[in-house]
Amino acid sequence: MKCLLSIRKLTIEGWSGENWSVLVDNLDLHLGRGEVLGLIGESGAGKSTLGLACLGYTRPGCRIASGSIVFDGIELTTAPKEILRKLRGSRVAYVAQSAAASFNPAHRILYQFTEAPIHHRLMNFDQAKQKALAIYSRLNLPDPTRIGYRYPHQLSGGQLQRAMVAMAMASEPEIIIFDEPTTALDVTTQIEVMAAIKEVIRDRNTSAIYITHDLAVVSQLADRIMVLRYGKLVEEASTRRLLLDPKEKYTRDLLNVKNWCKEKAPSKEDELLEVSSVSAGYNPECNVVENISFKVRRGCTMAVVGESGSGKTSLARVIIGLLPPREGNIIFQGKPLPPLLQHRNKDSLRRMQMIYQMPDVALNPRHKISKILGRPLAFYFGMDARSIKKRIYELLEMIELPRGYEKRYPSELSGGEKQRICIARALAAQPDLIICDEVTSALDNLVAEGILKLLQGLQDELGVSYLYITHDLATVKAISDDIMVMLKGRIVEKGNKNKILSPPHHEYTELLLASVPEVDPDWLDSVLSGRTCQAG
Amino acid sequence: MRFFEFINKTPLTVKVGLIIVVLNVVAALFAPAIAPYEQDEVVGDVWLSPGSGHLLGTDQLGRDVFSRMLYGARNTIALAISITLLAFLIGVVCGLLAATIGGILDMLLSRIVDVVISFPPLILTLMVLSILGSSTFVLLVVIAVIDSTKVYRLSRALAMDLKVMEFVEVARLRGESTWWIISREIFPNAMPTLLAEFGLRFCFIFLFISALSFLGLGIQPPAADWGSMVRDNAGAISFGIFIPLWPAGAIAMLSVGVNLLVDWFLQRSAQIRSS
Repeated sequence: MKCLLSIRKLTIEGWSGENWSVLVDNLDLHLGRGEVLGLIGESGAGKSTLGLACLGYTRPGCRIASGSIVFDGIELTTAPKEILRKLRGSRVAYVAQSAAASFNPAHRILYQFTEAPIHHRLMNFDQAKQKALAIYSRLNLPDPTRIGYRYPHQLSGGQLQRAMVAMAMASEPEIIIFDEPTTALDVTTQIEVMAAIKEVIRDRNTSAIYITHDLAVVSQLADRIMVLRYGKLVEEASTRRLLLDPKEKYTRDLLNVKNWCKEKAPSKEDELLEVSSVSAGYNPECNVVENISFKVRRGCTMAVVGESGSGKTSLARVIIGLLPPREGNIIFQGKPLPPLLQHRNKDSLRRMQMIYQMPDVALNPRHKISKILGRPLAFYFGMDARSIKKRIYELLEMIELPRGYEKRYPSELSGGEKQRICIARALAAQPDLIICDEVTSALDNLVAEGILKLLQGLQDELGVSYLYITHDLATVKAISDDIMVMLKGRIVEKGNKNKILSPPHHEYTELLLASVPEVDPDWLDSVLSGRTCQAG
Repeated sequence: MRFFEFINKTPLTVKVGLIIVVLNVVAALFAPAIAPYEQDEVVGDVWLSPGSGHLLGTDQLGRDVFSRMLYGARNTIALAISITLLAFLIGVVCGLLAATIGGILDMLLSRIVDVVISFPPLILTLMVLSILGSSTFVLLVVIAVIDSTKVYRLSRALAMDLKVMEFVEVARLRGESTWWIISREIFPNAMPTLLAEFGLRFCFIFLFISALSFLGLGIQPPAADWGSMVRDNAGAISFGIFIPLWPAGAIAMLSVGVNLLVDWFLQRSAQIRSS
């Protein structure tokens, strides 16, 4: 097979303010026509940098130190800007991770679609419009004739992502580079987008590079997979061979993640938190949570599962006191809790703590770790400086970080380390209940698993309860004792973990469980054919 | 040692800016020690050329221009710094409070600020100064109040951005008081931008004082001031004597120097935030 894209011994360096550090280290990549290559790796592995290099592009502050990138006979590292501009958007296209950030909110979708082919003089506006209609219906977008005239904010996340894929296909490129296109989507939407991508690639025999950190997702679409770590190639093989017989330990770790599960399910009955018939909302007309009732047991984990818009985060805000409920009440440790934060006493505030999804914004960047951890100790317990220092060392040990970290600023920590500090900050108050709002969603799979194990270990040791909000069913399987499934602000199903996860399921739970991708190249096809069987 | 290494790595513009600012600060601090004559001492004939004991010549009354330049730096810079500090005190406190507390306080303060900003500053100042006189105290308070409005807007905008961050919510959930949230959570994050704004405000206020002095309403004679020196010696140009260019050039140079430093500082804090 003739190689369409051939990268040899590519090294890309980035300027870190002091010196050049290597982002991509001496990598080779070959892509033939009609082939789909998957790039797998964790954050910082260099996948996006490599993906952008296929366009001959490096991010500001980066440079190509050595190597060659040859696209259809053209050497991209030395090509003049005009040649590169002619290539980009017409022969090589890029689909970014965040559709919302890639569309100009001031222009309609159709005009952004037609911009590239018209600019490259491939067709006039009417031809481009016809093409848009054809691609939109191929991608199963609702109302294809009129959706083009909407603005980006009027489309849902999944629709916008498909519109972005359509935009990339506008000029019929020979290579499309997909940079984590489904990472920000719910599982049910993810299936639609993956199916859409698979179809359009097959239709036009386009080559594609699919960048992701999720092995299950990439195994649906890729013919070959490259595993990257720290800018170097770990392993490269055809998809089936890599999944059946991984040679490197790192690949095996990536495959085995999400297989861990907690061991015992405690049967303690006493209640810690009872939420009864709570309804709340932001607008006067509609409620975002409707008639929610559930109980959280002491020392157990209640998982709240739902997709975006289901009301899970709003429920957390009601419990913590930021959103007053319109109906219903919350009973914590046998006593009713005042609905608003300002009316609760310090002790109630102390016993309920919250951990957020993005540790970057949950930590004040101008505070040292010692101050972040020390403040709850001083505020709730009035400890003096020496006891605070001792307790900080104990907390660092609990979250498995070495001493000396308390002198650092958050910007000097990695994502997983920052989340551990957030956990330590919650623990410093010695709470009874910790509300975890998607705490592992922003982390890579391997790092997330470490955090889950840590949380479980802390629960075993300290007897703290978790209200674990997530959209990821694998996490739910691993860490929960009780499960609550939410859809559009209501509880669809709730109960003990084993009861919920074994059939018969409620229809929506069934849909959620079936939408979680498995590490099996034929999974997507079987799900889709199953659906067409049901429909037809 | 580390400080000098750090300075060495900075671009040329920063070095130039730093030299200018340091020279001015030295002049302002040590004027009484360096200046050969007093600022109001008549030492020679009118409009003498440079040389023979007078580095830059004499002015329209026969006073030594070099000494008056040094004292002018001292007087104007001292006044400008004080005004900037007072403006920042008022503006930052009010801006942060208005953003964090919100509601009626925010509305009231913002509307008052809107009214004051809508007046052209020079005309407003001239009006107030002609009523209350041009003493240093009046200058200080009037210009500080007028400039504090712009600082108010900036700090309010910064605080509005910061107060929705999760780490502020964490503090609120803990039960921290409003004062704690403003001073320990919001203010440290607003400080880099406010510091840059301090430099820029200083420049504007300095130029404003010079303009007022040029018009006769700023620093009063016989105190030396670059603005009034330009006005007093303006007539010398007709005789081909370049004395007014020294204070005018000094005003320009100081503004440029401070701006160069502020630019670089802003660049660095943007880099730190983005990395």
